[in-house]
Amino acid sequence: MKISIGARVEEAGSSIKYKTGGWRSYRPVVNKDKCTKCWLCYKYCPDAAIEKGKDCAVIDYDYCKGCGVCAKECKFEAIEMVPEVK
Amino acid sequence: MAWRIIEGNQALAIGAKLCRPKVIASYPITPSTHVPETISEFVADGELKADFINVESEQSAISACIGAQATGVRTFTATASQGLALMHEMLYIASGMRLPIVIGCANRALSAPINIWCDHSDTMAERDAGWLQFYAENNQEALDLVLQAYKIAENKEVLLPGMVAIDAYTLTHTFERVDVPSQAEVDRFLPPYKPLYAFLDPEKPITQGSFGTPEHYMEFKYSQQKAMEASKEIIDQVFKEFDGKFKRRYHKIEKYKADDAEILLLTMGSMSGTAKDAVDRLREKGIKVGLAKFTVFRPFPAKELIEIAKRPKVLAVVDRNISLGHKGALFSDATSALASMERRPLTVNFIIGLGGRDISPQNFYEIVEKSEKILKKGKVEKELEWIGVKKEMIP
Repeated sequence: MKISIGARVEEAGSSIKYKTGGWRSYRPVVNKDKCTKCWLCYKYCPDAAIEKGKDCAVIDYDYCKGCGVCAKECKFEAIEMVPEVK
Repeated sequence: MAWRIIEGNQALAIGAKLCRPKVIASYPITPSTHVPETISEFVADGELKADFINVESEQSAISACIGAQATGVRTFTATASQGLALMHEMLYIASGMRLPIVIGCANRALSAPINIWCDHSDTMAERDAGWLQFYAENNQEALDLVLQAYKIAENKEVLLPGMVAIDAYTLTHTFERVDVPSQAEVDRFLPPYKPLYAFLDPEKPITQGSFGTPEHYMEFKYSQQKAMEASKEIIDQVFKEFDGKFKRRYHKIEKYKADDAEILLLTMGSMSGTAKDAVDRLREKGIKVGLAKFTVFRPFPAKELIEIAKRPKVLAVVDRNISLGHKGALFSDATSALASMERRPLTVNFIIGLGGRDISPQNFYEIVEKSEKILKKGKVEKELEWIGVKKEMIP
């Protein structure tokens, strides 16, 4: 990738290329067995980074910033915040 | 071309007009007020086909220029002192967006205490903003440097904004004989402005000056620095071309009786004329003193300075500004440029003429006398000297 002169962006929708998941220091991990598919996490996620999966909530780690709102709101302790390590 | 008797502010205004800017946005501030005043008359009289935008502050003035320039037209504004300080954050935006805006700046001291007279602290405070900086010695240079600043700034290797600085009152309000080129002559020197990269166009929307994350930001700054480096050669080319067309040769550093000088004064702006006079009189007494005047301060002409500094034994750097807590800006940059020399001259910094205090030939006699003592002793005992400070007034 090359930068442009004067920080120009010449196409629409290019933000999709910018993965913000790298900001995360804790990652939410969903326990498939505990998830009841109530979708509270889906509603609360401030970054719309949770999808309604077939068996349970699915986190989009490309955009999840690890805020932990989903784990806090989950009534079934189905989401655990795990430190990001290399 | 035609000889006219005009003041420095008019020289900036006429220079700008000859470059055919399409948008001028300005907020009046002493001592640069005559610049927008004169340009607004040009526009009102139909002599200049442009939009003149009256704004409510200097920050708005430069913002309007940035917005207008981003649509692909040449723009101009003028300011001074607090006005330039109010533009501060937008100066970085203009240079980061690589918009070759040119502004005229009347060098005026910064408050407090409030003061409307000359020193260089306003433009020196903006020396890191990514703008080309040119300093005029007289009104002819004020006009000529505007023409050359646009040509340099708009070069595809450069694409950086530039400021032409002229000393408050000594130039802004002083009438001098100036050779004003004709529009046809300037048109042959400066072609119409064509933005090289995409600009704001409703048919093809783009973002300019976008978000730069830690993954990209350094690369943007690196490319601005590369453009500054590249501008050094472009400046020489443009100065040479200007000489070919208008018979006036500019140099990043202009030498005056410098080739055989043992003591070399480094000066900027209108004080250089006074200093040249002092050099002449001291030469009559057999003192080997010369002068090097910085017309370009950004990019800093380090290579040229090193060449000039090979022969003299003492460099007396005369700063009309002070970076409080250290030294003058020219001294700091000059000594860091000289650090790579194997045998470098002794260097001493003189602070002079702050807040419009008159600079006289006597001041330069004193500077040269102090420099002679350094020359004789072979060492600098006091690196920073204030010229003409009334110590008895200090509480």
